[in-house]
Amino acid sequence: MYQIIVFGPLLAALIAGLFGRRIGDRGSQFVTSGALIISAVLSWVVFFRVGLGGEVDHVTLATWINSGTFTFDWAFKVDALTAVMLVVVNTVSCLVHLYSIGYMAHDPDKPRFMAYLSFFTFAMLMLVTADNFIQLFFGWEGVGLSSYLLIGFWYKKPSACAAAIKAFVVNRIGDFGFALGIFAIFMVTGSVNFDTVFAQIPALQGQQIHFLWMNLDLITTISILLFIGAMGKSAQLGLHVWLPDAMEGPTPVSALIHAATMVTAGVFLVARMSPIFEYSPTALGFVTFIGASTAIFAATIATTQNDIKRVIAYSTCSQLGYMFFALGVSAYGGGIFHLFTHAFFKALLFLAAGSVIHAMSDEQDMRKMGGLWKKIPTTFVMMLIGVLALTGFPGFAGYYSKDMIIEAAYASGSSWSGYAYSMGVLAALLTSFYSWRLIFMTFFGRNRSSKAVQDHIHESSNWMIVALYGLAIGAVFAGYFFRNIFVGAGYEAFWGHALFLKDSTHNVLEAAEHVPGWVSISPFIAMVLGFIVAHYAYIWKPGTPARFVVTFRYLYNLFYYKWYFDEIYDFLFVEPAKRLGTFLWKRGDEGIIDRYGPDGAAAAVMNLARRLKTLQSGYVYHYAFAMLIGIAGFVTWFVGGAS
Amino acid sequence: MEHFPMEHFPILSIITFLPLLGVVFILLTKGENADRNARNAALWVTIFTFLASLYLWFNFDKTTAGFQFQENVSWLGDKINYRMGIDGISILFIMLTTFIMPIVILTGWDSVKTRVKEYLIAFLILETLMIGVFSALDIVLFYLFFEGGLIPMFLIIGVWGGKNRVYATYKLFLYTLLGSVLMLLALLYMYFKAGTTDIPTLMQYNFDPSAQIWLFLAFFASFAVKIPMWPVHTWLPDAHVQAPTAGSVILAWILLKMGGYGFLRFSLPMFPVASEELAWLIYTLSVIAIIYTSLVALMQTDMKKMIAYSSVAHMGFVTLGIFTFNTQGIEGAIMVMVAHGFVASALFLCVGVIYDRLHTREIARYGGLTNIMPRYALIFMFFTMASVGLPGTGNFVGEILVLIGLFKANIWAAFLATTGLILSASYMLWMYRKVMFGKLIKPDLKAMLDISRREIIIFTPLVVLTLWMGIYPSAFLDFIHVSVANLITHHQAALALVTDAVAH
Repeated sequence: MYQIIVFGPLLAALIAGLFGRRIGDRGSQFVTSGALIISAVLSWVVFFRVGLGGEVDHVTLATWINSGTFTFDWAFKVDALTAVMLVVVNTVSCLVHLYSIGYMAHDPDKPRFMAYLSFFTFAMLMLVTADNFIQLFFGWEGVGLSSYLLIGFWYKKPSACAAAIKAFVVNRIGDFGFALGIFAIFMVTGSVNFDTVFAQIPALQGQQIHFLWMNLDLITTISILLFIGAMGKSAQLGLHVWLPDAMEGPTPVSALIHAATMVTAGVFLVARMSPIFEYSPTALGFVTFIGASTAIFAATIATTQNDIKRVIAYSTCSQLGYMFFALGVSAYGGGIFHLFTHAFFKALLFLAAGSVIHAMSDEQDMRKMGGLWKKIPTTFVMMLIGVLALTGFPGFAGYYSKDMIIEAAYASGSSWSGYAYSMGVLAALLTSFYSWRLIFMTFFGRNRSSKAVQDHIHESSNWMIVALYGLAIGAVFAGYFFRNIFVGAGYEAFWGHALFLKDSTHNVLEAAEHVPGWVSISPFIAMVLGFIVAHYAYIWKPGTPARFVVTFRYLYNLFYYKWYFDEIYDFLFVEPAKRLGTFLWKRGDEGIIDRYGPDGAAAAVMNLARRLKTLQSGYVYHYAFAMLIGIAGFVTWFVGGAS
Repeated sequence: MEHFPMEHFPILSIITFLPLLGVVFILLTKGENADRNARNAALWVTIFTFLASLYLWFNFDKTTAGFQFQENVSWLGDKINYRMGIDGISILFIMLTTFIMPIVILTGWDSVKTRVKEYLIAFLILETLMIGVFSALDIVLFYLFFEGGLIPMFLIIGVWGGKNRVYATYKLFLYTLLGSVLMLLALLYMYFKAGTTDIPTLMQYNFDPSAQIWLFLAFFASFAVKIPMWPVHTWLPDAHVQAPTAGSVILAWILLKMGGYGFLRFSLPMFPVASEELAWLIYTLSVIAIIYTSLVALMQTDMKKMIAYSSVAHMGFVTLGIFTFNTQGIEGAIMVMVAHGFVASALFLCVGVIYDRLHTREIARYGGLTNIMPRYALIFMFFTMASVGLPGTGNFVGEILVLIGLFKANIWAAFLATTGLILSASYMLWMYRKVMFGKLIKPDLKAMLDISRREIIIFTPLVVLTLWMGIYPSAFLDFIHVSVANLITHHQAALALVTDAVAH
């Protein structure tokens, strides 16, 4: 069964990619979507069997690498954590496939697009089913490749190509840490198999590693190196710069890869590695700090952006921050729960945004929208559901998962947890503000687009609406129905050993149930405040934002220009690397090595030859040849004759 | 180990010298269709050589570390013998050589129009010499093949090369001359010391530790140039740029690997103490190579030059792996050598495809080719990603093995070498973008045709091999396990011997 789930999409991708022209657009869409429907249905079967049935499955397919003790297989390990990821990935992917049939209807390259989507799904499935680090890395790089290909899907646009490369390279920086982490794990445990490695971790407590010039705690070092990989993939502070640019890709891609699935791979990684992270409070503190900082940082930027997709992109970045600090305070169930609900409502937001963009003839600037709710009511309702879920309106999915995380941060008492709690609440306020700002700017007020665009506004095709409905169901109910098993009383029975707690008597999620009343209510108040501010600024007194921009020019610019990260990185890394490259080439290779090496020797030989004037033929290498052969002959004779 | 009987029939010699039969055929071709007949003859002979070498592949005993298919004939006096034999390491390289030759012949099928017969003869002689390098078990024999191999290469670049071919040839020559003279002196010394030129015997001979250092350095001079290592790498970009496509392919596929093979066959087993003591030197130069040449590659404007620089970086992984002295490192180094053969050659072929159509390698002259060459775009993307070391390709298997072995040996070196992950992605993707993506605006590009059937035939086996090696590398690793294990055991035993001697 797992083979069908994982390799079905791969096969479909190959068929659509290699024979797309022969089977046509319809054929490609049918093959890829069909494979995904099968995978999605089977994933739910797995979810009920493995997740709710409490089983853990191991399937070995073939040997991969066997070099001394560095030996591992192509194999699936399916426990509750994997089952959750299977459901998330395949359900969202399946709906996005269907949505794409409508969204890409006017694109000439449909087979290629569908092939990429299915290939991405395959890579993501390899990632979540891995039973060893290297297979996980295989999936990890595979999703990176698909992300690169899909961001650059419209390869004629220079901005799309640049964004694609940026995504790949920034992810590689994360992979650099990830890879070193894997090397360190292999060095100390002699294995890269999850179960073998995890079993050895308790014995390694307190050991030191001499890493570069420092003596560091072994488990902390390993954890942080792995986390750097997660930061790259999940766009956390410092390595987040690629995610907003990734919005250059078609909108279904943003929904699937850059909201619901791939970017949550980092969260999955840390949860999977909980048997390692749990032994390093320092590393967990670091995760908490980065997560909380990202949550607030990305939210500040989202409040000023005008591109509808960029707002949602920064929102994703911010929500991923929430997931990470949940993991950091050992509320693993909460982090994964938010991953689960977020996948539905964020994909919904993106696809609804796609529907808006579609209706507005590919316009993405919210300043040129407005008053759309009457013209595209279905899309409006879907977007509204997404926003209610995102901001944590009671009853909607985000309400259960996000509030749980904020409470857990308060209750945990681990390092940086107080910081995480306050940033979490503050970011909730900003989340509410930018979400309602998006709604008000897009759907209310008067329409600010041109006449031609206005005349063309239409509701999207049925394929797209069906997908929206599917995700909307998730965005409404995913929280209420699953909270028990993810974070409630069913926790132990559901997760089993998939999520590890060092001190199992101290379950943060349980403690989160007993926080003071003002703590539980704080995210709700933040949400209401955010709504009020947004309403005041964009409906009641529409001139407010302009006045704010004038009064707080520097703050506004800081947010609007994304805290100048791109500029700083360009100055610190990109430009110096280019200059150094040129320098080494022109001065190193040509200026020193060649000049004093072969060229110098040539000049000397030429000079000599000219002076002797006894040799006539043109090229130096002829003489040199004769020399070589002469020496070889002489020696052969000498050695041979000497016997 | 004194007596090696000759086995059933001299299969190694047959494979080695079969290409020379092709040379005879080609010399006999005359008349109008001489060129075409010569091409066919070369193609068939190389295919036949490959088929013959399959005999080795299927009859090779993977459980023993000893040399197999041995031949031993007394040759020059009673000290220097014509001795051939292969182990798990050399068989891979022989298979590589015989496999690529038909592809190489096909590569120049249409584009080479002058002195076709001589061109083909040069390649066939080259094949003989390459196979000889990997099967010679006598050091003098090895030396002849090893240095002789450069002669056809000089000619290929010097006669059928680009505008600056003379300079490139000359540079290649100067570098290799330096190395070969030093190696020759070392050979003489070894002969006088050990009284034999027999490689298996020399492997058992314990040279004096202080002498080992000098011998090691002398061999190092030759191998470092061939691989090439920084700072003796500057011949490679020029040689690649000036060589015809087929020349670049053979250079990347097998000639660069002679240096790595040399380290494994000579430096490690014969000078174990020196290898251990000078490992820091190798680490330093290799790490510099990876970072330095990657940065230089970043700024290249010529496609071939960029791939050449990336080759130097990849070869840095090879030397790092070999000198980890552990299983993963050495097996990884061999895997990188093999995989780099597939991928770098394929990339040179990719450049060749568009060079044949537009006659320029300037990156800036292209742009937007994906619009009209979708099949080419797919293949080029595949090999770009393979070169970046994406899991599922052979390069990944090699690089991860090297790095994981290196991390155990030296964290600093592993840390710095891993930055190659980031840099290689930067320059390869940048080149791909400039050549393939964007709008198709340049008027002379609009008439370019997508790849032909012949070109697909050339690329398909390389794609298959790269994936095969990435997904099921055991097919390759199984050949080398025992030989590598033997190499390491032997290396450690030799070291222990010296340490004991010092202790007493």
